[in-house]
Parts: sequence; C-alpha cells; structure tokens
Amino acid sequence: MSGADLTQFLDYTLIAMLLAVGFAIVRLRNLFAVVMLTGVYSLLSAAWFVSLDAVDVAFTEAAVGAGISTVLMLGAMLLTAREAEAPGRGRHLAAMLVVTVAGMALFFAIPDMPVYGAADSPANDYVGHSYLERTPNEIEIPNVVTAVLASYRGYDTFGEVVVIFTAALGVILLLGFNTGGARRREDEE
Amino acid sequence: MSPHIILRVVSKLLIPMIVIFGFYVQFHGDFGPGGGFQAGVIIAVAVILYALIFGIDEAKKAVPPKVVLWGSAAGVLLYAAVGLATLVMPFAGEAVNFLDYDALHPDQSHHAGQHYGILLVELGVLITVISVMLAIFYAFAGRVPDIPDEEW
Repeated sequence: MSGADLTQFLDYTLIAMLLAVGFAIVRLRNLFAVVMLTGVYSLLSAAWFVSLDAVDVAFTEAAVGAGISTVLMLGAMLLTAREAEAPGRGRHLAAMLVVTVAGMALFFAIPDMPVYGAADSPANDYVGHSYLERTPNEIEIPNVVTAVLASYRGYDTFGEVVVIFTAALGVILLLGFNTGGARRREDEE
Repeated sequence: MSPHIILRVVSKLLIPMIVIFGFYVQFHGDFGPGGGFQAGVIIAVAVILYALIFGIDEAKKAVPPKVVLWGSAAGVLLYAAVGLATLVMPFAGEAVNFLDYDALHPDQSHHAGQHYGILLVELGVLITVISVMLAIFYAFAGRVPDIPDEEW
C-alpha cells in the first residue's frame, strides 16, 4: 500500500460516514428513522466491501442488509411504538465502560493483524491458494467464489440451505401464515 | 389505495426489472458476483415491494402461501437430489462422493458435470431462499395492520 494508492481515501471516507451513521442511530429516538439509518449503514458497508474487492460479500450485504432486513425491521416497528424512551444515566455509564474496555482491547490487537491485502495472511494461507490454482483446471468457471461455494464446499452450502429452510420452518410453526393473519383481522373487526 | 398513484405506477415499472435483475444475478453467478442466495433475496424483494404497495392479500394471490411452503422444501430437496444423483450416476470415476458433480456428465475434459451441478444446486438455493424470505415476510406481515396512509 504505497502513498499513491488513492482508494484508501475512499475507504477513510466510507468509514467516517459509517461512524457518523452509527452515532446518529445511537442518538435518535425515532424508530422509523433508526430503521432507515440501519439500511443506510448496510448500504455504506456494501460500498466499502466493493472498495475492498469483496464484491460477493458486498452484494449479499446490499441485498440482505439493506433490502430484506430493513423491510422486516419496518414490519417489527409497526408492532411497537414509534418512539423509544431515553435510557437512564446509569445505563449510559455502564455502556460507556463496556465500550471503552472492548475498544482498548481491539486497539491492543491491531498490531497483530496481518497487513491489508497480504498474500500470507491466515485467511489466504491454508486452502485459499489451492482453490485459486485448481479452479481453472477442475471447475473451469471464472468466479472462484462460486466454485468454492457450490462445488468445493457444496456440502457446507447444503447445510446453509437447510439452516435457511429451518428458519422458515420455525417462523411458520410459531406464527403460521395460512390462516392466522386473516383470522386475527376478523377478530378485530 | 388511489392516493398512492405515483408509488403504484413506479413500482409496476420497477418490479419486472427487479425480477429480471434477480435472474441475471442467478445465472451470471458463474462469471461474476452473485448466486442463488443473492438472487433469491432480490426476487423476494420484488414480491415484498408488490405486497407493500398493493397490499398483502394481492401479493398472496400472485404468490400463494402454499407455493411458498412447498417451494422452501423443494429447493432443499433439489439440492439433496443432486447430491444423491452424483452417487448413482454412471460417469463417476473411482471415487464416488456426495455432491461431486463430475459424476453428472461424461464430458470430463470440459468439466460439464461441474457446470450442471453448480447450476442445479444454485437453482435449489434460489427456490429455497425466495420461498423462505416470502414465508417469513408473510408470517410477520399477516400480524401487522396495513401501513396507515399518514405514515407514507
């Protein structure tokens, strides 16, 4: 990362915007604005992931974080009040203490982190290189992420799909959507 | 519903494009970013947008809850079926492995089996993700009163 690399300033800008949105979320008491700002936060993180060349992660963050979660949070918000009450002063101090300790621990850990983009970082070191080398010969598709996800790690992805299916199963068993909503509305009328 | 004419017209224009973009993400996943998970969420968002603008009952007419229920299981079963097919297909080498797609097609030199396998399991992921997202949305939205007009 030499001084000529201008994209790092884009990263700084995006992180500063993330911080600003984070502070706004903490300060605001209007839940509608908070839900919208969490969507903005996800979209900014997605932009930042693009800048870090993690386009697949960025795509997922934009679709799930900024899309579906915002809608589900809006649905949850309609069930509750529009304004949140301000927490008491004692809880402020306790939260400040936790944040300070955790923040100091994170800063303490920074020197141990691998340099950004290092080829020998633990994330790349073990099977990463081998996937990159073998995908053109063994799978012959350009996107290595898809090759790892669907082929090399097909078994894990199968597990993920089962997890998603189980999530829906749990929600349907708890809430039910075939008749429950209609019956509830009739009760109210 | 008549006051929201701009929302209704714009969303009617946007929904087909959102769905087409979802399918692009799905079938372009081998070449660029994307795949079943992202495409499924995008297509589900198109239906949810429809439900937000035209009402949950209209959306349930377009995509019935029964389809959603069956779909969320069908995707998982399609994925598992591809895995079982790799165990019984005749083109496998010496090692027979669950979800080893080379067994799906005799053309080993171009790895056509891998391409078919990835296409099919991504399709399974797509079906499950669309259905699950809609199932969760239907389950929650069925309990929430429609958004009052003054909050638009």
